Amino acid sequence: MQPLSSSLSSPLLSCTRLSLRRGQRQILDGLDLSLESGTLTALLGPNGAGKSSLLKCLTGELEYEGSITLFGADRQQWDSSQLAHRLGVLPQSSSLNFPFLCEEVVAMGRLPHCEPAARRDEIVAAAMTHAGVEHLAKRLYPGLSGGERQRVQFARVLAQIWQAPSPTEQAEQPRLLLLDEPTSALDLKYQHQLLTMARALASRNTAVLVVLHDLNLAARYADRLVMLERGKLMADGTPAEVLTPELIARLYDYPAKVIHHPESGLPMVV
Amino acid sequence: MMRLPLSWLLAFTTAALALLLLGSLATGPMTLTLGESLRALFAGQESGIESHKLLIVQEIRLPRTLLCIAVGGILGLCGAVMQGLFRNPLADPGIIGVSGGAALGAALAIVLLAPLGQQLQATIGVGLLPLLAFLGGALTTTLVYLLGTREGGTSVTVMLLAGVAITALSGAVIGLLTYLADDQMLRNLSLWQMGTLAAGKPADVALALLTLVALLWLFMRDANPLNALLLGEGEARHLGVNVQSLKRRLILLTAAGVGVAVAVSGMIGFVGLVVPHLVRLLAGPNHVRLLPLSALLGAALLLAADMLARTLLAPAELPVGIITALLGAPFFIWLLVKGRRAL
Repeated sequence: MQPLSSSLSSPLLSCTRLSLRRGQRQILDGLDLSLESGTLTALLGPNGAGKSSLLKCLTGELEYEGSITLFGADRQQWDSSQLAHRLGVLPQSSSLNFPFLCEEVVAMGRLPHCEPAARRDEIVAAAMTHAGVEHLAKRLYPGLSGGERQRVQFARVLAQIWQAPSPTEQAEQPRLLLLDEPTSALDLKYQHQLLTMARALASRNTAVLVVLHDLNLAARYADRLVMLERGKLMADGTPAEVLTPELIARLYDYPAKVIHHPESGLPMVV
Repeated sequence: MMRLPLSWLLAFTTAALALLLLGSLATGPMTLTLGESLRALFAGQESGIESHKLLIVQEIRLPRTLLCIAVGGILGLCGAVMQGLFRNPLADPGIIGVSGGAALGAALAIVLLAPLGQQLQATIGVGLLPLLAFLGGALTTTLVYLLGTREGGTSVTVMLLAGVAITALSGAVIGLLTYLADDQMLRNLSLWQMGTLAAGKPADVALALLTLVALLWLFMRDANPLNALLLGEGEARHLGVNVQSLKRRLILLTAAGVGVAVAVSGMIGFVGLVVPHLVRLLAGPNHVRLLPLSALLGAALLLAADMLARTLLAPAELPVGIITALLGAPFFIWLLVKGRRAL
């Protein structure tokens, strides 16, 4: 179903009292979280804190307790194909072993959309250029390096939620982008490139939620940091509020110092 | 990598299939010219062709040829879909035991349920054989799928070993059944086990052709979701694909295809393995191209194999399964060697 247009101020995503249990283990424990359009939120926390599980609940892969509201409508009410127009997910890694060309992989992102082939090819090319992988278009996906694959997959997700500006529609529809550790296979240059792109996308009526391990990357690109520990929300705020030596010592059991970047003034963990 | 345009490949394989069809009509103990077989096929009585030649083409060789095309097409198509479903290019109905399961179902129909089968045949025109072959195929596909699937793909090792176990089990049970069978049942069983493309009963031919057309149509509607499934189940779900119902549908349809193929022609191995591989080399792995080309090439390949089976030891005839195994088994070993690291 297509929900009534939600006013800009209401969050694109909100979950209330979200819980997840696997056997005896409580993976997520009464989480409340909401994401606004135009923000990039980093989801942080030690291994096993429940970050990936939270993402899987949001994408509908895991059964959860509590409620998740996407674009003003309950998650269960959404038609999966309609939702796919506006909710993009980039998994940690993908196991595609068949010899697809990279442009074919990116074109799979357009699966939920019904459109003429010419328009699809246009969007695929634009998304690949945007993600900086247009030179890989005719290469075979399985022959790429891990970092190149990740960038092609990012282009695929971009293509999935791509909206070309059209004269008939006044504003772009709000969208949601979930990235699960997108930088783990990337070198320094592409880590920054990818997060810069995610930032740019956030400014176009999109909420971005990105799971990160690197606290400094998170501080540099995110408006807001959300810290999970054992399925509970431990901290939620701007980088300056969240990245304190006390909290890092408690969560990661590591004696860190927090200094400030000489130019931007952002907190840095050393 | 060079990829040929779809229209070329379709035109080329269709032309090859048409030539093989004419060749198949002309080949046999009584050799006809291509022109004669063409005339016998289209013109009928008025063409002035001798009536015994007309009879040979229309009553014997045409049904057999059509059955070859239908079964080859079904096997090529089901192989391609199964490899997509398992996200693994080594899946093949014969290798992972689906044909074995279907064969067991068919043998049960011939031996234990023969009276019931005759009754059904009389009332609805379809015997119990295709039905039980389908059930056997569906059960085995589900079993192998459940055994072999883990997060992020299927385990080749588990899949192949499950195939070995199921094929051995069904072979043993079919062996047991031969002791329970009476003379008539035994004759039916052994005739069917040898692969009976030669029989080409009109009902079988119609069933197989209908199955091929229906499967091609149904699978083509899922071609793009199948592509997405190759990315991974999670990714397909994020793209709005209803993965559970897609998988259930594909398992049932491939089992129906393999079941019908086994019911009308016995066990013919390796077509489903070799054909999609050749197509991927020429046209890439995109199912929109892979599926129709696999059906066409499967039909052409089985027709060629059947012509070899008819002529190599003429006037004796080899079961066509021997030819496909002779071609396919070394190909499979080559694939294993090539992909050894991936196992």
